[in-house]
Amino acid sequence: MKAKHQRLTLVLLALAAVVGAGLLALSALKDQAAFFYSPSDLAAAGNPVGQRMRLGGMVAVGSVAKLADGVTTRFVVTDNARTVAVVYKGIVPDLFREGSGVVAEGQVAANGGFVADTILAKHDERYMPPQMAGKMHKTETLEK
Amino acid sequence: MIAEAGLAALWLAAAMALLQLAMASIGLRARRADVAVAVRPVAVVGGVLGLVSFLCLVAVFMRSDMSVLLVAENSHSAKPMLYKIAGAWGNHEGSMLLWVMVLGIAGAAIALLEKRLEERTLVATLGAQAAIALGFFAFLLLASNPFARVDPAPADGNGLNPLLQDPGLAFHPPTLYLGYVGLSVAFSFAVGALVTRDVGPAFARAMRPWVLAAWIFLTLGITAGSYWAYYELGWGGWWFWDPVENASLMPWLAATALLHSVTVLATRDGLRAWTIMLAVVAFSMSMIGTFLVRSGILTSVHAFAVDPTRGSFILALLALYIGGAMLLFALRVGTVKAGTTFELLSREGALVLNNLLLTVILGVVLIGTLYPIVAQAGGVQLSIGPPFFNKAAGPVALALMMVLVAGPLIRWRRDAWDSLASRLIVPIGAAMLTLGLLVVFARGIGVLPFAGLVVAVGVGVGSLAPLWGRNLRRTPLFTWGMVIAHLGAAVSLFGMASDSAFTKETLVAARPGQTVRSGPFEVTFTGISPAIGPNWSALEGRLVARRGADGTPFPMRPQQRFFANPPTTTNEAAIATRIDGQLYAVLGAQGQDGTWQLRIWWKPFVTLIWLGGALIALGGALSLLGRVWRAGQVERVRAKEARYG
Repeated sequence: MKAKHQRLTLVLLALAAVVGAGLLALSALKDQAAFFYSPSDLAAAGNPVGQRMRLGGMVAVGSVAKLADGVTTRFVVTDNARTVAVVYKGIVPDLFREGSGVVAEGQVAANGGFVADTILAKHDERYMPPQMAGKMHKTETLEK
Repeated sequence: MIAEAGLAALWLAAAMALLQLAMASIGLRARRADVAVAVRPVAVVGGVLGLVSFLCLVAVFMRSDMSVLLVAENSHSAKPMLYKIAGAWGNHEGSMLLWVMVLGIAGAAIALLEKRLEERTLVATLGAQAAIALGFFAFLLLASNPFARVDPAPADGNGLNPLLQDPGLAFHPPTLYLGYVGLSVAFSFAVGALVTRDVGPAFARAMRPWVLAAWIFLTLGITAGSYWAYYELGWGGWWFWDPVENASLMPWLAATALLHSVTVLATRDGLRAWTIMLAVVAFSMSMIGTFLVRSGILTSVHAFAVDPTRGSFILALLALYIGGAMLLFALRVGTVKAGTTFELLSREGALVLNNLLLTVILGVVLIGTLYPIVAQAGGVQLSIGPPFFNKAAGPVALALMMVLVAGPLIRWRRDAWDSLASRLIVPIGAAMLTLGLLVVFARGIGVLPFAGLVVAVGVGVGSLAPLWGRNLRRTPLFTWGMVIAHLGAAVSLFGMASDSAFTKETLVAARPGQTVRSGPFEVTFTGISPAIGPNWSALEGRLVARRGADGTPFPMRPQQRFFANPPTTTNEAAIATRIDGQLYAVLGAQGQDGTWQLRIWWKPFVTLIWLGGALIALGGALSLLGRVWRAGQVERVRAKEARYG
């Protein structure tokens, strides 16, 4: 192969790689783009059963209950517009409190409830996902 | 006084960088060799001043001088000394100072040590480096002065986030920064070579040690960060696909590609323009990483320093440097001569494939990390998580691993398919054997873990192939380095796949005296006792674990720690390391009926993830040593010839 041809081939290959990365990402995005849902988003999406996602919102005051096995926690996540009942089997993080923000990772069960396998560990007390802050703000203004 | 001295040294270091840039431009432009020659000493003085400034900052932290705003905000007098020192860079301003300090030291090192590069290219390189440094000096001095005073001084400081009070994390950021800065040096080399149109094997050999060093530190930093997340956050996971993690992964991917392409340039004089391009991309990735972490623009479980002004400052620097380099690249790439050609099936061809696959992974990670920001600008709120990255990057990574086995077994320039196939028989056989074993004994572990285990065994066996039939003592160090680094990748992959395939989890509400099973272990909960540390108190769970009913018992002590400054609770997992995995215990809350929540994981071969990372870094270090030693040897022979010839 001549040097010039080889160079052209390499440039084309590099372009193909970049385009390939883009296509690969897009195809995965189509399935998984919305990874973060508020209770309202979840309702709007028709409660997609079995899809892995994060559910974010506030822990509704008075909703936290521990089941008899001692390790399953039941609580309600709200964005002040809609609510979702969540079941989580595991140790809740230190910052998990009623009335404060929470991000639960898991999936919607057949009965419409949310089964979480992870409650997000947070680095510090200042952490709050901006998406959530935005959502809360939006719904609050709507109510007023 | 110390703070003022530090600030003065910082200003002087900035002035030196300005001088360095001016002299390099004059030296090159006006062809004034007398001016150009002075660039080296200026770079050395600048490096020393930067170091002095940084040491002053460490000193005010060690003395807990609360009249310095940064100390008051990030330190506390009751903190252990290690964390007072680490506190100096455990914040925005300090870490930026560390950045310019390391950049200055690197410049001084190039000025003192670099002998292989053509003088004009070296001057251009130092000029480019000064230009990078100037932006960061401006950032520090104008937008985030680390030595600012506070009046009146508070009686005591805010303290450091307890999660960061961990030896692993104290050294994690500096390690990553060394990697970032190493890539900025590679970038300066690329700009220097473009300016003087001197892209060739000599330039590649001069740049390679810097790329290698940067890559070693990035590998160590990522490995340490992953292990820290694993044991400190108490959720048993080792990778989150969090934007902050991606911020360090992206430069690593680019540096890995660059490392391989610079080798092609150094040994075969191929891939000239591509190597320059990768150097620019690698540094862009470390700048984007800095931007993502420092600007707080992204949703992240560990984004910190949320400050839009700083974000836009870094964004401006990013645009300036990357844009400038891309422009220079576009203008000059035509004058970079094409290198030597090669057949498709050759070592070069395999390295091109490696580069393409790494680029695809990099592209996927970049899109996944930045897409939410772009979407947000368009008014859509979304976030992208592990399912996306695993789905899009996982298969490509597995393909990359297969290239990794074949590549070192292919000859340079050209090879034949049938002879390659005969060399691949053993690794493919090993992979097939694993496949058979898994089908018989471990069905239903998921597609990716399954493929991961098969590929890991094949790659592990195949990575040792370059040593077959060689005299091991006469094998060059850099060959050893390559073999060990590739083996490390296989070891790491095996650990990841094993952890996701075979982890056993037990979750119970236990009463003292109760015994629970987790995998092959029996764990007895004997009670709770208080514990006390230098700046925390804790509730400590007392566990006795044993393998099977009659194994040797060993204690485990998971804790819930309470810190007073700032008031925080953290969970300290107890981790027992065994040869075939780790037992991981977390203590949860107490129930009203007197039970305690216990979460116990048995994670077979999980340690291999980080052992693999360490092996990769070790391989890099051996390679670096081998290259530096070989270069020194060549130099000695040349000097001898010059003397007697």
